[in-house]
Amino acid sequence: MAEEKLPAWNELPPGAVILEPGSSEKRYTGDWRIFRPVLNQDKCIRCLLCWVYCPDDAFYFEDEPYVTSKGRKYKFSLKINYDHCKGCGICVEECPVNAIDFVEEVK
Amino acid sequence: MSSAQVKKKPKYFKTLPQIPRTELFAPGHGLCAGCTAGTIVRHLLKAAGPNTILVEATGCVEVSTTLYPYTSWRIPWLHLAFENASAAASGVEAAIKVLKRKGYIDPDKPINIVVLGGDGGTYDIGFQSLSGMLERGHKVMYVLYDNEAYMNTGIQRSGSTPKYAWTTTTPAGKVWPGNLRNKKPIAEIVAAHRIPYVATANPAYPLDMLNKFKRGLEVEGPSFIHVIQPCPTGWRFDPRYGIKIARLATETGMWINWELDHDEFDVTVPVKRRKPVREYLKMQGRFKHLTEEQIQEIQRMVDEEVARINKLVGREVIGPVEE
Repeated sequence: MAEEKLPAWNELPPGAVILEPGSSEKRYTGDWRIFRPVLNQDKCIRCLLCWVYCPDDAFYFEDEPYVTSKGRKYKFSLKINYDHCKGCGICVEECPVNAIDFVEEVK
Repeated sequence: MSSAQVKKKPKYFKTLPQIPRTELFAPGHGLCAGCTAGTIVRHLLKAAGPNTILVEATGCVEVSTTLYPYTSWRIPWLHLAFENASAAASGVEAAIKVLKRKGYIDPDKPINIVVLGGDGGTYDIGFQSLSGMLERGHKVMYVLYDNEAYMNTGIQRSGSTPKYAWTTTTPAGKVWPGNLRNKKPIAEIVAAHRIPYVATANPAYPLDMLNKFKRGLEVEGPSFIHVIQPCPTGWRFDPRYGIKIARLATETGMWINWELDHDEFDVTVPVKRRKPVREYLKMQGRFKHLTEEQIQEIQRMVDEEVARINKLVGREVIGPVEE
């Protein structure tokens, strides 16, 4: 995701107000990462703790059913939005089943 | 207060899947990696919902969520200075009341007004406006995210900095052992205003925190929620340990999650056996200069505070230190 071009001074609205709520979603904070959390869907028990504790709401729900290799069925999966994940590692630390690996970013 | 008098309070959220999935706090903000303020604000807005006006005192969250030309807020948001956030929130509340009376807004529409302030803007600079707002009894919830120093401007000490903590204005060396003063008990000072609801919360216990936000918005009159917020930059720890340190603060008794709902005082996160405070202190670089005597002094201070809280509740809610 590339950041969009910023407006010039004469293109700004009067008072330089921000007209779009939640527009920081367009900002790319993924390049802050040194380590990348990788979620192992097979190990994940969908306890939602990573989603709850994430300071950057980088976790999102995917409504696709998932069946693990041990036969457990889940109605949804959690995914990581790497455009916004800053790689702090809170999810890695808090995951009760160690389903999130912390791997070094390679350019 | 006998235990029979304490009636069960409504619990709004019992399990994690009940937490609303709508995010009113957009990602892409500039908070440091691992800053637990992001967690706190996300849950605050989940509890408050879209019909909320948020008044923000200057602080970390204010400068990092509104990097021009972007904003992370999906609700009406006001930026105020340190001194007048609560005063402006009082005005917003009064204006909403008038607009409802004159029929410009549906009188039955619930509109939450929330002030979000850091510890500098609450303990030190903004205290007069907060005290005035509480005295006048506006229906506003004040949320204090407490990272125990002025982190935004470069880790200067505030009234919230605990004893012996290193900051850039209380450096630890041969002459000074770090901060010389004790942390000001702000939540109890606020409770002395006799407002309906005062609570302390911890992001490591999200359901407890969410229920307190909900209850604070529900009561008639002002409410105050004091939330601890570990700061990886100022407390000098690896970003991944933010929540772990917050949890250790409660487990060691450094931070007690209590609530004062009208006249009922209770500890909402009881701890059966406390951990020694050393475990909390050793994870943070701001305490790495502490000598054994200083650690023992902090342990004694925590023991006294726990004994006081147990006496207030009337039973042993926080247990003894485990060996």
